[in-house]
Amino acid sequence: MQEVPAIRFENITKAFGTKVVANKNVTMDIQKGEIMALLGENGSGKTTLMNMLSGIYRQDEGQIYINGEEVQITSPKDAYDLGIGMIHQHFKLVDVFTAIENIAMGMDKKETGSNKDITEKVQEICDKYGFDVDPKKKVYNMTVSEKQTLEIVKTLYRGANMLILDEPTAVLTPQETDKLFAVMRNMKADGKSIIIITHKLNEVLAISDRVAILRKGEYIDTVLTAEASVQSLTDMMVGEKVELDIDRPEVEAKEKRIGVSHLTCLDKYGVKALDDVTFDAYGGEILGIAGISGSGQKQLLEAIAGLQRCEKGSSIVYYDNSNNVETEMVGMTVSEIKKMGVSLAFVPEDRLGMGLVGSMGMSDNMMLRSYKKGHSPFTDRKGPRDLALRVKDELEVLTPNVTTPVRKLSGGNVQKVLVGREIASEPTVMMAAYAVRGLDINTSYTIYRLLNEQKKKGVAVIYVGEDLDVLLALCDRIAVLCGGKLNGIVDGRTATKEEVGLMMTHLNEEKQEVQANG
Amino acid sequence: MDKAKTKSAREPLFHIVKRTDIPFWKAWIIRICAVLAALVVCGIIIVLLTGKNPFEMYKFMWDGSFKTERKFWKMIQDLAMLLCIALAVTPAFKMRFWNIGAEGQVLIGGLGAAICMKLLGDDGAQLSNELLLPITILTAVVFGAVWGVIPSIFKANWNTNETLFTLMMNYIAIQIIAYFTFIWSSGSNTVGKLNAQSHAGWLQLPKEIDKSGYLLNILIVVGLTVLMFLYLRYSKQGYEISVVGESVNTARYIGINVKKVVIRTMLISGALCGIAGLLLVAGTDQSITAETAGGRGYTAIMVSWLAKFNPFYMILTAFIVVFLQRGADELQTQTDRIINADFADILIAIIIFFIIGCEFFINYSIKFRSHKKKEVEA
Repeated sequence: MQEVPAIRFENITKAFGTKVVANKNVTMDIQKGEIMALLGENGSGKTTLMNMLSGIYRQDEGQIYINGEEVQITSPKDAYDLGIGMIHQHFKLVDVFTAIENIAMGMDKKETGSNKDITEKVQEICDKYGFDVDPKKKVYNMTVSEKQTLEIVKTLYRGANMLILDEPTAVLTPQETDKLFAVMRNMKADGKSIIIITHKLNEVLAISDRVAILRKGEYIDTVLTAEASVQSLTDMMVGEKVELDIDRPEVEAKEKRIGVSHLTCLDKYGVKALDDVTFDAYGGEILGIAGISGSGQKQLLEAIAGLQRCEKGSSIVYYDNSNNVETEMVGMTVSEIKKMGVSLAFVPEDRLGMGLVGSMGMSDNMMLRSYKKGHSPFTDRKGPRDLALRVKDELEVLTPNVTTPVRKLSGGNVQKVLVGREIASEPTVMMAAYAVRGLDINTSYTIYRLLNEQKKKGVAVIYVGEDLDVLLALCDRIAVLCGGKLNGIVDGRTATKEEVGLMMTHLNEEKQEVQANG
Repeated sequence: MDKAKTKSAREPLFHIVKRTDIPFWKAWIIRICAVLAALVVCGIIIVLLTGKNPFEMYKFMWDGSFKTERKFWKMIQDLAMLLCIALAVTPAFKMRFWNIGAEGQVLIGGLGAAICMKLLGDDGAQLSNELLLPITILTAVVFGAVWGVIPSIFKANWNTNETLFTLMMNYIAIQIIAYFTFIWSSGSNTVGKLNAQSHAGWLQLPKEIDKSGYLLNILIVVGLTVLMFLYLRYSKQGYEISVVGESVNTARYIGINVKKVVIRTMLISGALCGIAGLLLVAGTDQSITAETAGGRGYTAIMVSWLAKFNPFYMILTAFIVVFLQRGADELQTQTDRIINADFADILIAIIIFFIIGCEFFINYSIKFRSHKKKEVEA
């Protein structure tokens, strides 16, 4: 390590207001031709640190050195000029433009040359590192993986030799992840420095050379990946020993709670998002839903919740076993379902845009579920407030107080607020979509524990997930969606990751038949 | 890379940081400083362009609201009317329904009142005041509500653009008023005082209690302010408005009927505009022209936004606007129009610019290069 580091942070401190210190005296190096994983729980300051490198924030104290020289990065353009490129979780692409239009966007024609020149240069980059980009394809026709590839090629085209990838694998299938890792290794071999932010420790071990760990804004240590394990990294990240096994308690008395049959839904463009899907969900069971993103998971959950219009022939029956009543829920609105006495809890994918109101505090967000109760024209404020305080206590939500807008909380805490509220409604059916996306390991395990508790209480839990390791460890059965069709249901105890991964991408017509008949 | 190397390694002189917490008093010190700075800049401009003593000018502006008891009451009346319309637009704006049609809703509400006073008053049915007043009030409220609810029905069912829709409704309203004033004035376009003899339908307290004639208006608006505060902050409907405004998706997810909330809220918004029209026609002017609302329907939007939709803060923001307007008018009279309306507008604009601009310093702080670093370089 005698070489001059590609990037060096020295005593970086950044505070937001007087209370929140996002980074405190962080000093660390990234070498040339190295993949470094940046690890830390939610709110540990990873993203803030990277934002300073890419010119979005400005540090309060400390210096950044690039190739041994002190630099002042005051804008994203400065970062670009220094060869730093960041791939954000939310892609910054223009949907109606083609791949090469996006790549050259905002650049001078003199610099880029004609479209043919751009295409040639892009092709050169693709060949060199093993990317696959169709230059004329429009972004709205691309899969998530293709968009991500385009983002990376875009930064490389603009001369980046230091890349920051913020949770790049969160939205990818296992196969796509392997492909991404392959090109990352090629870039590394070419002498580029790569920083990857991820919560998936298996991937950290698979791809990185070294791992830097942040905890509560402070730099803890950098370790060689070869000498690290999932357990050792977790312990360093959390600061104490953590139990890393996901529980799968056995529940004997399972009873049918929801029967979905021939469910067909259209998306907003009138294309079939769900096609003739049939399955049952049982109380006392966690039913996992696997599938690459956009395979109809959203429509499935929203159809059950009464938020999605279903086509003719669809049926969703709710079985109330204690009263021996069967209710057809297709065609009912959310409030009608509620009035029927069906207690549905739903943790949607879009937490702040759908599950919560970002500008309101915890207390007012608790009120969303309960405000209609009673005949008074005024809201009961004490009940929600007490509930907010209880959730804050029990789930250890970090917030200055229950009136602080939830949008200001970190992702993990936002999710705790949402899950806490949904569980408090004492549901009989609990649906959760990507409940641990973007959450650190500690919070993720809290969520798994809460879901298991619901299962033990006899709740029918439907869990849409993207991490197959977790789905296989947590769920009793896993229904695999592929392009809106149900491609089969496997047993979580016996299925393998490869098997499920394959079912996500290759529709098996025969299996479909068997499933429908059985 | 080469370009970057030539870039100076010196830290920039300052950078901007978002504040997350600022004490209440500090924010107010910043606001007061902004007003003082605005007065200094205005002073410089007054001296440079007119050669007059700025302090004298400021005194004239002050006089516009406070010189005599009558001016004072007139100012409070203007304040009350602006506040009333600001209250009316607030529920819609809180719901992110961009209702810029308050002007038209006020006019139509006022027209409702005028029609009752005309047809059922001295020139018509000659109803007694006990009967006429409730009918007048009801008609004004219904007229305003109907005018307000039409765009919302289109919005809720066919997702039309409410901004354009409400704006167009204003022009229609103005033309309708023009038609009626033409008819009633038999072509001269000025409707005189309605029911000048009997005062039938006049919304005023007896002269013995209230000399200015504005007190009843003011009291009604005070009541509305408190009611609107309670409605928005504590009622279930107010809560629904906030949720729909923040996120339609969340509202649907939780089972709120978004269409119903949109229509109901515009009904309330329009009805309040109708009341404002009533207060202007029956309570203030006892007459109607196309200028009755006088642009307040637009100014009220600014008043509401500046107060962040809090009815009590709106008293302050409405006061600032009214005080400046009256001050500018007074300035013109006192200087024999050496300072004309345009110049007065410049002064108002500067002051409002500073007041709004200082919010930047409340939300962000500027950090200068640290001294420690400078010494090292030196």
